[in-house]
Amino acid sequence: MNPDRRQFLGWGAAAVAGAALAPGLRLIELAQARSPEEAASALKRWGLLIDITKCADCDDCVTACSDENGWKGHGRPETDPQWIRKVSLRDKRTGYAQALPMMCQHCEHPPCVDVCPTGASFRRDDGIVLVDKHACIGCRYCVMACPYGARSFIHEEITGQKADVPRGKGVVESCTLCVHRVDRGETPACVEACNRDGGKAMVFGDLNDPAAEIHRRIRSEPSSQVRADLALNTGVRYQGL
Amino acid sequence: MASIQYREIDGRSAAFRTLVGALGILVLAGLAAAWYMEHQGHHVTGMSNRIVWGVPHVFAVFLIVAASGALNVASIASVFGRELYKPLARLSGLLAITLLAGGLSVLVLDLGRPDRLVVAMTHYNFKSVFAWNIFLYTGFFAVVALYLWTMFERRMNGFTQRAGLVAFVWRLVLTTGTGSIFGFLVAREPYDSALLAPLFIVMSFAFGLAIFLLVLMAAYRGRARALGDALLHRLGNLLGVFVAAVLYFVAVFQLTNFYIARQHEVVRFLLIDGGVYTGIFWIGQVLVGGIVPLALLFAPATRGSRGALAAAAACVVAGGLAQLYVLIIGGQAFPLAMFADKEVSSSFFDGVVASYAPSLPEVALGAGGMALALALTALALKVLPFLPQSLADGDAGSAAP
Repeated sequence: MNPDRRQFLGWGAAAVAGAALAPGLRLIELAQARSPEEAASALKRWGLLIDITKCADCDDCVTACSDENGWKGHGRPETDPQWIRKVSLRDKRTGYAQALPMMCQHCEHPPCVDVCPTGASFRRDDGIVLVDKHACIGCRYCVMACPYGARSFIHEEITGQKADVPRGKGVVESCTLCVHRVDRGETPACVEACNRDGGKAMVFGDLNDPAAEIHRRIRSEPSSQVRADLALNTGVRYQGL
Repeated sequence: MASIQYREIDGRSAAFRTLVGALGILVLAGLAAAWYMEHQGHHVTGMSNRIVWGVPHVFAVFLIVAASGALNVASIASVFGRELYKPLARLSGLLAITLLAGGLSVLVLDLGRPDRLVVAMTHYNFKSVFAWNIFLYTGFFAVVALYLWTMFERRMNGFTQRAGLVAFVWRLVLTTGTGSIFGFLVAREPYDSALLAPLFIVMSFAFGLAIFLLVLMAAYRGRARALGDALLHRLGNLLGVFVAAVLYFVAVFQLTNFYIARQHEVVRFLLIDGGVYTGIFWIGQVLVGGIVPLALLFAPATRGSRGALAAAAACVVAGGLAQLYVLIIGGQAFPLAMFADKEVSSSFFDGVVASYAPSLPEVALGAGGMALALALTALALKVLPFLPQSLADGDAGSAAP
C-alpha cells in the first residue's frame, strides 16, 4: 500500500469513526441536559468563577449577553437595562486599576427574593435566581434590596423579544445565568464569548460537582465574593480581586 | 354629662364646592399622570434604574405614615382616657382611613404593572416586609372602620375603648412595618437601621397631627361652629413635642453614622456635600420641618396664635415631605458600596451619585393622592356626622364617646 493510500484510508477511518461517534456524544450531551418536565435539582449549584487578572479590555461578555437575551438600549442610559456590565475599579490609595464583569451574583440567600411581596423573585433549587415575569407587579423593591445593582426595570414597550427570553414593560429583570441554555446542557453566552473572543477569564459549572473545573479551582485556589460581609453565599466568585 | 351633638357639614357653600372641585381636578390630573406613565413606561418619569422610587413614593409614604399618626387624637381619647379629645375622635379615625387610601392609591398606580394588583392580593411571600404591609394596610382599614362604628353606633359605644386599643396597637405595628421597608435594606448604608421603625413612628405622630390640625381648622373656619382656644393650644403643644421627638431621632440616627467609620461617607453625603439632598435636609427637613414650627409654637410672640399654629402645621407637612425626599431619593442616590476602598465606575452609573429630577407626571400623581385623601375627607364630613356642632372650650370634653 503506498503511503498516500494508507493516509487516505487512515483519514477515512477517522472520519467514519467520528461520524459514528458524534451522534452518540450528542446523545450523551442531550441525556445530561435537563428535560423540560424535570425539576431543577438542589444537588447542583450553578455558578461562575471569574479570574479578573485575565479579564481583557473588551466587553465581549456584555455584547454576547445582549445578543443572546435580546436586551438593548434606547439611547437612555439611565433607564436602559443592563444584565451584565463591565465595572472599573481603582484603588483609592495605590491607584491599582482593575475591571470585572458584574451581574446577578445568584446568591444562596438573595435579598431580592426575601423582599419580593409576590414571590415573583425566586431562587431555583439549582441556585439560579430568576424573576417570574407573570407574577412581578413592578414594585422595584428587589432593585432596592440588591447589593450589586444587578437588576433593571423595563421602562418602555419591548419589541423583538427572543423566544427563550420573555420580557415585558413594567417588570424587573436581571441575568438569568442563561437558564435556557443551561437547561439544554450549554454554558451561558457570556462565558462562551469570553472563552472564544475574550480573555478566557470565565468558568461556568456546578459548584457542587467534584469533577467540575469550577469546583476544583475554588477548592484549590483563592477566590472571593463581592460583599462577602453580607454572607449571601454568592454563586458568582471572583479571583484576583 | 351633656352629650355633644355631631353634625354633617353643610356643604352647600361656594367655598366647599370650589374646594371639592379643585381637589377633583387634582385627582383627575393624578389619574391622567398614572395612565400616561403606564402607557409610555416609566422612562417618561425622572425615575431610573438607580432611583427606582421617586416622588410618587415620597407622597405615598408620607400619606401612609400620616394616616397612622392621624389616628393618635382618637387614641389619646379612647386609650388614654382624655375626655378633651373625645369629640375629635371621629375626625381622627376618618383621616386615618382617607390618608391611607390616598397613599395606597399612589403606591399602586406607580407600580410597573398596576393591573396585577390581584396577584399581590393572592400571592404572598411572607418573608417580604411589603407582603406584611399588605395585611397591615387592609387590616388597618377594617380595624379603624370598626372603631368608627363603635363611636357612631350608640349601642356599640361601650366597645369604643377596646376597639381604640386594638387600633392603637395596629397603627404602631403598621408604622413599624413602613419604617422596616427601609430599615431592612441591609445592602444600602443610608438605610439599614432598626432605628428607622421608631423614627417612622414619631414622624407619623407629627405628620398625622399636623394634617389633622389643618383639616380641623379648615372645617371650623368661617362656619357657625366654635373651636376653642384651649383645645387648639393643647394640640399645638402636642405637635411641638412630636416635632422635637422627630428631631431627636434624626439626631441619634445621624450621630450613630458619625461614629461608625464605614458610615462616614453616607453621613458626609447627607449632611455636608450631598448637593441638593444636603440642602433639602438642612433647609427643608431641619429648618422648615423642625426649627420653624417649634419657634412658631413656643416663641412668646406667636404662642397661642391660630395663624401661627396653622403655619407650624403646614411647615411640618412641608418638612415631612422634605424628610422623606432625602430619605427615599437621597438614600438611593448614594452609590452602593460594593468594593471597599475602591473608586468604582461603569456605564450603569456605579460609584457615582445617581441623578434624579422629579417629572411632572410624578408630582401630579403624588399630589393627586393627597387631593384624593382630602376630597374623601370633605365628602365624608358632608354625608356623615363626624364633627361636633361646637368645639368651644366649655363644650369640648363633655362629649359622648
